[in-house]
Amino acid sequence: MQVDETWYLVLSAMLFTIGACGLLVRRNPLVMFMCVELMLNAVNLTFVTFSNVLNDVAGQVVVFFVLVVAAAEVVVGLGIIVAILRRRPNATADDVSMLRG
Amino acid sequence: MTVDTVVFVVAALVILVGALGVIFSRNPVHSALMLVMTLFGVAVLFVAQEAHFLAAVQVIVYAGAIVVLFLFVIMLLGVDTAENLSVDPLGGQRPAAGVVGVAAVGLLAVLAVRAVQVSTGAQSVTLPLDSGRSNIAVLAEVLFTDYLYAFEVTSVLLVIAVVGAVVMARRPRPEAPDDAAGDELGVERHTETESELA
Repeated sequence: MQVDETWYLVLSAMLFTIGACGLLVRRNPLVMFMCVELMLNAVNLTFVTFSNVLNDVAGQVVVFFVLVVAAAEVVVGLGIIVAILRRRPNATADDVSMLRG
Repeated sequence: MTVDTVVFVVAALVILVGALGVIFSRNPVHSALMLVMTLFGVAVLFVAQEAHFLAAVQVIVYAGAIVVLFLFVIMLLGVDTAENLSVDPLGGQRPAAGVVGVAAVGLLAVLAVRAVQVSTGAQSVTLPLDSGRSNIAVLAEVLFTDYLYAFEVTSVLLVIAVVGAVVMARRPRPEAPDDAAGDELGVERHTETESELA
């Protein structure tokens, strides 16, 4: 059995889906954030796989930028979560519905 | 079974168990630790695909900074209490999520398999990876030439994130002095830590 790129792509599809389902099902904003990280990692794995398949470094550069954006996103997102939870401990994502259309 | 296969299977198991652990843990702290497990598995697969720099950055930035920030917020807010997962606040949401999940895995897997066949196949448009130089050298050359503008924009993004974190962590209005003393300390400490990370 030889590992080829399809294995990596299927694995990252599974990882992405697990993250997406967790984001839909969980109510704790912190856990939802972790699920976003899972999805980002799945995409990173796909980028690196295609970078390897096509022998092109651009995919790895994109992963580098995704890492930076993820770090910035976590800082701001956790700031928002702290601001919300400090007012109302035990708030879930359902309690923050003022932006609902 | 070659070494590659063994590495892939073990890393894939670690990744999937960790990812499921993130979703199914009732305690956010356990979720964060499971997230670390997944991130390490992904780092192993990066090494297996010879993206050495990204594997190191993955461990340092994700496991070292992001997850620590998660744990820090969990501890700061004291929300590390187990959540009761047995109630389903929206009836039928979980079965629906399961169905959507299975469908999405199937769709994405088919897309992935097809993508390998139908991708343009243009090799090494930016710069080849197998030029005999180290991974870091190749990555750096592209990053500081072709992607220099994006790299600079990244620094602007980080500054914006720092400013955003400071604004978020500030108390919105300087209100009644009754709860000022204890809270102000907490606010200051928090601001400092978030700026540090970014």
